[in-house]
Amino acid sequence: MTRQLLESTLRVSTPLIFAALGGMFSERAGVINIALEGMMLVGAFGAAVGTLTTHSPWLGSAWGIGAGILLAAVYGICVIRLRANQIVAGTAINMLALGLTPFLCKIKYDVTGQTPAIPLDERFQSAPLYLSWVMVVFCWLWLKHTRQGLWLSFAGEHPEALDAAGIRVNRVRWAAVLVSGALAGMGGASLSVYLSSSFARNMTAGRGFMALAALIFGKWKPVPTAIACLLFGFAEAVQMRLQGVVIWGKDPIPVQFIQILPYLVTILVLAGFVGRSRAPKALGTVFRRG
Amino acid sequence: MKRIIQPVLAVAVGLIAGLAVTWGAGENPWHVFRILVKGAFGSGYDVGMTLFYATPLIFTGLSVAVAFQAGLFNIGAEGQLTLGALAAAAVGAVWPGLGSPLAPVLAGAVALAAGTAWGAIPGWLRARRGSHEVINTIMLNFVAAGLASYVALYMIKNPDSQNPETRPIGAGYGLAHFGLFGGAPVSAALPLALLAALLVWILMGRTALGFEIRAVGQSEAAARAAGIDPGRIRIIAMALAGGLAGLVGIGEVLGNSGRFILGFSPEYGFMGIAVALLGRNQPAGVVAAALLFGALHKGTAELDLETEHVTREVSLVFQALIILCVSADGVWCWMGRGERWSVGASERGAGGAGGREMRWK
Repeated sequence: MTRQLLESTLRVSTPLIFAALGGMFSERAGVINIALEGMMLVGAFGAAVGTLTTHSPWLGSAWGIGAGILLAAVYGICVIRLRANQIVAGTAINMLALGLTPFLCKIKYDVTGQTPAIPLDERFQSAPLYLSWVMVVFCWLWLKHTRQGLWLSFAGEHPEALDAAGIRVNRVRWAAVLVSGALAGMGGASLSVYLSSSFARNMTAGRGFMALAALIFGKWKPVPTAIACLLFGFAEAVQMRLQGVVIWGKDPIPVQFIQILPYLVTILVLAGFVGRSRAPKALGTVFRRG
Repeated sequence: MKRIIQPVLAVAVGLIAGLAVTWGAGENPWHVFRILVKGAFGSGYDVGMTLFYATPLIFTGLSVAVAFQAGLFNIGAEGQLTLGALAAAAVGAVWPGLGSPLAPVLAGAVALAAGTAWGAIPGWLRARRGSHEVINTIMLNFVAAGLASYVALYMIKNPDSQNPETRPIGAGYGLAHFGLFGGAPVSAALPLALLAALLVWILMGRTALGFEIRAVGQSEAAARAAGIDPGRIRIIAMALAGGLAGLVGIGEVLGNSGRFILGFSPEYGFMGIAVALLGRNQPAGVVAAALLFGALHKGTAELDLETEHVTREVSLVFQALIILCVSADGVWCWMGRGERWSVGASERGAGGAGGREMRWK
């Protein structure tokens, strides 16, 4: 029972970790990423289609990552090139993904809700799980020990200083947003070809927002963010296990309270009731050379 | 002039881009467009359904617009309307015996109160704890969904149904449907929505509170210098926004289904963002934009049956493209307006809340 719970915690937190790391790149560079949800969704769709076409989960995931990058590029054009408001554009990108995926699904497979099932031997067994933790360590080291990692933080904290050092802020932000799309796309891929066996309409069901919550809970840092993802994943695993279980009385346990816990905790953390979480200073601001 | 031309152009560009998407899917875009128009306005019933969908969008559009005017982003209309509808249904289920004039008024007031309270929370958090309303409203949407699911499944569950819904409300609560629309559920909620738009217009343009809200939205420092407490105004504005969204419950629960059905809203709250943006945060604009999106929502419903490849979800694609067109202020600078104009434009951002002020904290 405990072992199973632990395993399923690790499994369900995998897409969250990818997406939250993606969110970290764009937000540390100063670009708010409400659009994680949409990027995950197209990633899930792209990976399912890719796997069904190429019969390899790895190549399929590459399709998913590509789809995530493509949507991130649309987002980047809107918020970096055209300076659209990041919240508004992010909301629109989510709608676009939510509308486009069932539509494309219908064109390709002539069914609205769901892609055909991916055979078991063409799905991931556990690779994304390990990969996600490799990514966590890699991001941590990269942010801490490379010049590019420093640029990323400066783009989000003091873009003027970065500009003065001769680095093009908006180029750093572009790179960050595209990486964000790639990671969110991989998060989506691990949803459709690892945790389940097909793409379904709106299958992310708020996981992009949960990743965003984990990012805030983890103070925009890779390792704490991953731990927050584990915590939220644990809540999800417990809730799945308790669904329909009757312990006392005649009604099953109300799992809704476990479901809302991650969101509630995030509100409390952000408000400073439990610890304090500070956003990158220039988050959400437009950079224009002086 | 620009104030009107820009949204109209954005709608045109968004629609053309959306139709191009259907063309890419192998449909004749002109055929798709005709289905859209026919689906939305083809008969009295179709017009009625368009109005029925437009009604909640007027409420959520006003909700987002009021918050926008105070410099706040209300991404939480979805949660606020969920709790409003749930509260109205709960009153109707718990006291089913109440008679007609009192019952709907009471349920409506409770819906208003529930939405107001749910909206005031992120307002208070922003004003007194300094945490950003965007994240808080997103999180509260999920909390509201969880609470609604608990209440609907455990506390006042409908024992006669397998669907996740509450017990039906008493007969005295139901709102009559107007006869003109061939049975479409157009109830008193529509005139109420129009009245709400009028009241918001009066509040914003003609009262001291409205002035204070706009002052805080335009410049916190200036508002403070004028002796306005920005925190207080933010709480009031978010509470007001929540209340407006909460009123969605009237048309849905009292005017249509007679109960709270989990997931009844096809993201009216998020569509409200598009409506407010397209309507330039002005009540009249919101009403016009709500009618457009209502028509789009109804029109695209026909696409499932009438075309081979296009599904009704394409409605979201149309909406997203229209939002992107309206929000990308930079596009309008591209089109030869020059840098001079663009500085002011992006400083304003989308409806006053954008630009440099957008921070989580």
